[in-house]
Amino acid sequence: MIADRPAPEAFLAAARAEGRGQLKVFLGAAPGVGKTYEMLEDGAARLKAGEDVVIGVVETHGRAETEALVRPFEIVPRAEVAYQGRTLTEMDLDAVLARAPSLVLVDELAHSNAPGSRHPKRYQDVEELIAAGIDVFSTINIQHIESLNDVVASFTHVRVRETVPDSVLETAEIEVVDLPPDELIERLKAGKVYVPDEASRALGHFFSKSNLQALRELALRRAAHVVDAQMLDHVRAHALAGNFAAGERILVAVSEAPGAAELVRAGKRLADALHGTWTALHIETPRSRALGEAERQRLSETLALAAQLGGVTASIPAANVVDGLVAYATEARITQLVVAKSTRSRWFKLRHGSVVDRLVRETPGMAVHVLPDAGGAATPGASAPMPGPPPLAYAKALGLVAATVLLSALLVPLIGLGAIDLIFLLPVMAAATLYGLRPGLAAGVAASLAFNFFFLPPLYTFTVSDPSNLLTAVVLLGVAVAASQLAGRVRAQADLAASSARQNAALAGFSRALTGGTDLAELAQAIAAEMARLFDAKVTLWTGEGGLTLIAANPPEDRLGAVERAAAQWVLDRGLPAGRGSATLPAADWLFHPLKTSSGVVAVLGLARDDGRDPVRADQLPLLLGLLDQSALAVERLRLTDEMAEVSRLKDRDRLRAALLSSVSHDLRTPLTAVIAATAELRRQLAGQADTTAIDTLDTETQRLARFVANLLDMARVEAGALRLSVEPVDLTDAVAGAVHDLRRSLEGHAIDLDVPPDLPLVRVDPQLFHHILINLLDNAGKYSDPGATIAIRGRRTPDALTLEIIDAGPGLPPGREAQVFETFTRLEGSDRSAGGTGLGLAIVKGFAEAMGIAVGAANRGEPRGAVFSLRFPAALLMRATEEGA
Amino acid sequence: MKPRTILVVDDETQIRVLLRATLVRAGYGVVEAATARAALASLDIDKPEAVLLDLGLPDRDGLELLPLIRAKTQAPVLVISARGETEQKVAALDLGANDYVTKPFDTEELLARVRSALRQGEAREGIALPIVAGDVSIDLHAREIRRGGAEVHLTPREYGVVAELAKHPGRIVTHAALLTNVWGPGYRDNIEYLRVVMRNLRLKLEADASRPVLLVNELGVGYRLRVPEMASR
Repeated sequence: MIADRPAPEAFLAAARAEGRGQLKVFLGAAPGVGKTYEMLEDGAARLKAGEDVVIGVVETHGRAETEALVRPFEIVPRAEVAYQGRTLTEMDLDAVLARAPSLVLVDELAHSNAPGSRHPKRYQDVEELIAAGIDVFSTINIQHIESLNDVVASFTHVRVRETVPDSVLETAEIEVVDLPPDELIERLKAGKVYVPDEASRALGHFFSKSNLQALRELALRRAAHVVDAQMLDHVRAHALAGNFAAGERILVAVSEAPGAAELVRAGKRLADALHGTWTALHIETPRSRALGEAERQRLSETLALAAQLGGVTASIPAANVVDGLVAYATEARITQLVVAKSTRSRWFKLRHGSVVDRLVRETPGMAVHVLPDAGGAATPGASAPMPGPPPLAYAKALGLVAATVLLSALLVPLIGLGAIDLIFLLPVMAAATLYGLRPGLAAGVAASLAFNFFFLPPLYTFTVSDPSNLLTAVVLLGVAVAASQLAGRVRAQADLAASSARQNAALAGFSRALTGGTDLAELAQAIAAEMARLFDAKVTLWTGEGGLTLIAANPPEDRLGAVERAAAQWVLDRGLPAGRGSATLPAADWLFHPLKTSSGVVAVLGLARDDGRDPVRADQLPLLLGLLDQSALAVERLRLTDEMAEVSRLKDRDRLRAALLSSVSHDLRTPLTAVIAATAELRRQLAGQADTTAIDTLDTETQRLARFVANLLDMARVEAGALRLSVEPVDLTDAVAGAVHDLRRSLEGHAIDLDVPPDLPLVRVDPQLFHHILINLLDNAGKYSDPGATIAIRGRRTPDALTLEIIDAGPGLPPGREAQVFETFTRLEGSDRSAGGTGLGLAIVKGFAEAMGIAVGAANRGEPRGAVFSLRFPAALLMRATEEGA
Repeated sequence: MKPRTILVVDDETQIRVLLRATLVRAGYGVVEAATARAALASLDIDKPEAVLLDLGLPDRDGLELLPLIRAKTQAPVLVISARGETEQKVAALDLGANDYVTKPFDTEELLARVRSALRQGEAREGIALPIVAGDVSIDLHAREIRRGGAEVHLTPREYGVVAELAKHPGRIVTHAALLTNVWGPGYRDNIEYLRVVMRNLRLKLEADASRPVLLVNELGVGYRLRVPEMASR
């Protein structure tokens, strides 16, 4: 469960730091110590060192010396946010991200953004910048650090609402901007310190010398602590030393009480001081399930605060708080327990024993810290009273007593008075068991009175003279208390069992519902339906394939506002929750959670409620997370199944194709080789005899057949997408000379005009494929050129490309249909049919060229007539001819 | 004089028949093998002076067979391969093959390659001659390259490339071999350096640099110093 902080986390922190930007925070004890000034000076030094430094946001407050420092920087213009008729300006996060400097200066880390911004807090903007690999300089005053908020408020009596979680500072480099209190007070008097108007009233006290000294000490200690923590991380990552298994584990018991937030902060401070890990634990008791909406909200805020401060949060069910705490603390080997002092009445304590006493008794070896519950007394009535039994329960309890009286009246003549008092135990036990303590007590009182009145002599009067009468009353009341306690406990455990059975049943039912889906749409619909049922909310499910798309909704829903879409997109990109009730885009109506697997975010789930309440209660969050994990696994499983099927299909097809290609190429080539060689032999044997027409025909036609077979195979490879490129720098001179050499037979009778300057760049192509391109183009030029005409090959360098042209002199191409010439099996009308060929050659040219990134073109030339086929090599394919030591 | 014996290894009967006819006409003795096993046996029994090897054999891949042949004999090996199998050709040359011809091949070209390969065998036995090709003469002993009688000045790299080719006249030298031997082991993939040097060499040694006849490119494999006098003996 909660182990010691494991070393892998330190590795993770280091790994995360790679590729991320670095945050440097200028920490001051109070406004006016010169943080912004210091930050600008440091930034200017980086700027001077040649780095790309911009200002995201810096407040100069009109101070001339600060403004002078701002001048050298590029300032990213702020974004304007309209809010309640006013226009507020905020740092333009997207603009800074787009600008992607190496360092950005962002003043006032604790600033709250205008409502409607992407993040409510500026430190969240900064986190996004860091995640994008941008270094950030920022500033903060000590009282804005979350865990020190209470401490500062306790002696300055000024509480700031804008706080920054400690976790933000833990990975940051901290520079303390220090100014002795006397100098600061001087500066203040000289009007050199900017103080916001609304705060100025409180500040007279704030800037007292004793406060400033305390703040300064706090700032220095805090900086020292961060350095300490960072060094510890380093020690862990490098296994330099240490038995960290002996570390302290702190458990903070939180409730829905208003003071719980301070308890959490105290726990965090304790954990920091002891270098331990800490957990905020909420015990779900039968009582806590009866909480009101406001209390649930407060509880979830408290747990969120704990998570923000770096603690682990947990929520477990138990019959009562002490049992739960003891069980958890023992299992997690907790060393320090932090609880709030109970504000319950003395009477309650007498009856139940103090929670603290029991904790101390039942957790030997554990230090128990008891803090006063600061908020509890201040807000009376805030905590829910134990749900009272309905009035009907009292009536029923009294009814039981009345029935007993009647029954006893019937029985007395038969059995006498002796055992009647025992019969009166029955209604008391029944009422206590069935309706709880108070109806049980009521029944006890009524029973003892009725027994006294109806059956104890003197009859029909209340007598207390006999001590045994009093004893009867006491026994009846005691039975009521004991029975109700026992029954209450049994009922609570039954309730809890039922609740976890419900949760388990929900999970089991959920996974059953998900196994049915055979395609994504079906699965998504099942997820949406189940989630909607379990949370009684509207559900949408999105994927990111091909932009954010809705794949399922329950009930069917097709409209979402821009804010919601942005939130869903953000979740898809970051893999973190966003929307209502979360830290990002909380203004949205919908809450979005990612469905994450090891391969990333596979989908995004949206939840909303028509009545505008939070779609998921704090106590439902663990269930939601469990369901999300299951959903993600189901989606992943489906995708893997699909991929496997696709892969095996492709494999089969590839195997078949490869087998076909190699068998055809082998089976056709072998006889062709034999025929060609045999023809050559025949020609030699017939040499000197007059008529060689037949052998000439055999020769040229076999050669053509060989080329045709080669083309067919090439085309099959192109169309199957089975081209394997083996790219190397090729000299066009070599390539052209080789092609002309190989085609010398077909080109006999044509003059070849080679104009390929030797200083052209090399081109990065597959030499074999490129050879076939040239062979086919030259073959084509030979076929469609007038007999004896010159075929020109011309290479030219243009500013952004290199062009190779094959120019023939013949009928040319039909005007307007030049491009069609490259389509498979197109032989254009008007071209010389007797030249033969299937039109396959040019299709191969196009296929090969495009596979290598070469653009092909065909056009007619002016005078003399003819066609120009061009190959255009874009700059990316060109290679400067470098001479390494040549 | 006893005819020089050539071993033809191919599983296709028609090709063996054809090669036998061609080679016998040119005055060679021919022994045939249809399988790798038979080929290895023939090396021991017939002691052929050259081997024509088809890479596609039924019982063993030709590339696997090459080292086994090399372990038995230094006789030149000519590989017969299908078109478009550049990697196979390079691999075969790296494994000790002397040359290759591509199916469908021209019988005259095949004979020329055979002659050239046999000549290389002699050269290895110590008969080193100054190489003469057209108006260019290459004398590796004197480290002297002449064209039309006048000495041609080459940079060290240019000379290195020419010398490397001239050590095996008529035979393909792979890009990797040229780059490794002339530039160094770290340069075996820097084909662009080789291309540039080759351009300069052609300008200095060829009559028409855009139609090279002496320094011939072999697609995707390497270069060959073509020596006409040898090819047409």
